[in-house]
Amino acid sequence: MLYINCPHCGMRSQNEFSYGGDASVKRPELNKEVSDQEWDDFVYNRKSLRGKHLELWQHISGCRQWIKVERDTATHEIFRTFKADEEVA
Amino acid sequence: MQKYSIFNLVKNAFSNHENWDLAWKDPAPKEEYDVVIIGGGGHGLATAYYLAKEHNITNVAIIEKGWIGGGNVGRNTTIIRSNYMHDENGLFSEFGMDLWRKMSQDLNYNVMFSPRGIINLAHSDAQMNAYARRGNSMRLNGIDAVLLNREQVKEIIPMADFSENVRFPIFGGLMQPSAGTARHDAVAWGYARQADSMGVDIIQNCEVIGFDVSAGKIKGIRTSRGNIKAKKVGICVAGSTNILAEKLNMTLPIETHLLQACVSEPVKPVLDNVVTFGAGHFYVSQSDKGEMVMGGDLDGYNSYAQRGNLPTLQHVLTEGIAMMPFLSKLKMLRTWGGIMDMSMDGSPIIDKTHIEGLYLNCGWCYGGFKATPASGWTFAHTIAQDRVHELNAGYSLNRFSTGNLIDEKGLGTKTWIS
Repeated sequence: MLYINCPHCGMRSQNEFSYGGDASVKRPELNKEVSDQEWDDFVYNRKSLRGKHLELWQHISGCRQWIKVERDTATHEIFRTFKADEEVA
Repeated sequence: MQKYSIFNLVKNAFSNHENWDLAWKDPAPKEEYDVVIIGGGGHGLATAYYLAKEHNITNVAIIEKGWIGGGNVGRNTTIIRSNYMHDENGLFSEFGMDLWRKMSQDLNYNVMFSPRGIINLAHSDAQMNAYARRGNSMRLNGIDAVLLNREQVKEIIPMADFSENVRFPIFGGLMQPSAGTARHDAVAWGYARQADSMGVDIIQNCEVIGFDVSAGKIKGIRTSRGNIKAKKVGICVAGSTNILAEKLNMTLPIETHLLQACVSEPVKPVLDNVVTFGAGHFYVSQSDKGEMVMGGDLDGYNSYAQRGNLPTLQHVLTEGIAMMPFLSKLKMLRTWGGIMDMSMDGSPIIDKTHIEGLYLNCGWCYGGFKATPASGWTFAHTIAQDRVHELNAGYSLNRFSTGNLIDEKGLGTKTWIS
């Protein structure tokens, strides 16, 4: 069982969350010429890192907020969690 | 190579079976090979076998980080089928079904192929319509498909829940009678033994740490056991694909996810077929030892852990019990996990890359085991001829940018998100 510390609600089990994928992926800016390669990278291509991975989760059975979680994809250890709009250093 | 036969079995019985040859050797890596295959799983071993058998290329090495057959070919639920709607998937898989039928003779190794049929259950009228459409598409591609009504399904699997007031009543199902199961480890070992006998070096405990590329051309690989020169390199590493891609500065339309499976304690024969639940994601068959072999959804988050968490198992088995209530009486014997190379449209990639002499075989999602022979056969062709075969022409790496996705489920990208 994963335990995720929701920055809004506190420590909860993974049953309350749903996964949203790599949080480092940025949508290309609006009103700007976007190359095919940029779209591919946004829609399809993923680094899928082994090790520390910053990812989005939604506290779907809780406060329903999207949050960011820093987690190790090899050990499942969770290091830190952030609000969705927090910048991660 | 010693032939496995009843006569040799009897002969070796006189010496207490102490004089059998090793099934494959344990060579040190040579300085140079014509082809290096990275990944000693089912697909890699099959590729090496077909390189030698079909293309007469025998100066080949298989480089495996751990031991052969220790990844997904040893961790799956052994289901073999070709019940796909789209031409690319259907024709590719049906070609593979033919190789499965001949495999035990071809490899002189009993892979226990058991064409016991697979039934996908339908739980609504709309799902019956969708299955009728898929079944018709399959038949147009020469694949056997039978649409079963509720009574016909009940005759085959009376132990399923046919009561009237359940949440997901069984309306019928789509059956592929020629689908089945096989002994997964034997597939890896059979391919390994034959490939070794034709001169392929199977090099285990050898991790790839880098690639030598110059002027857009592959020159060799760097490993934990030294540098190896190679004219051609094929990558065949399933859930570890992104790790190697990073060393090549490639990002791929693939995420690595965790899939669990489990078996119950062995019980007397009760289930003759493979059965899948249509209102969720659950599949079950009974092994020759009597265990119920079960699996379903991914754990749902990126993972390289090869072990899962219990909430997903609980979710998957809840579906199983809804479908076949007797499963709730069984004790769980084993659970395990493997890491899946989930491609963004749910279909695989077997293609050349932008680096000359470097070939990619990945994106099998949770359907890699059944594809083992067809994947090896077409990947060997792609490497040997330096061009894709018509069977894997659709499995191109650039289909994501050109828009030619093979979206079997009709769900768009990330088909695994539930």
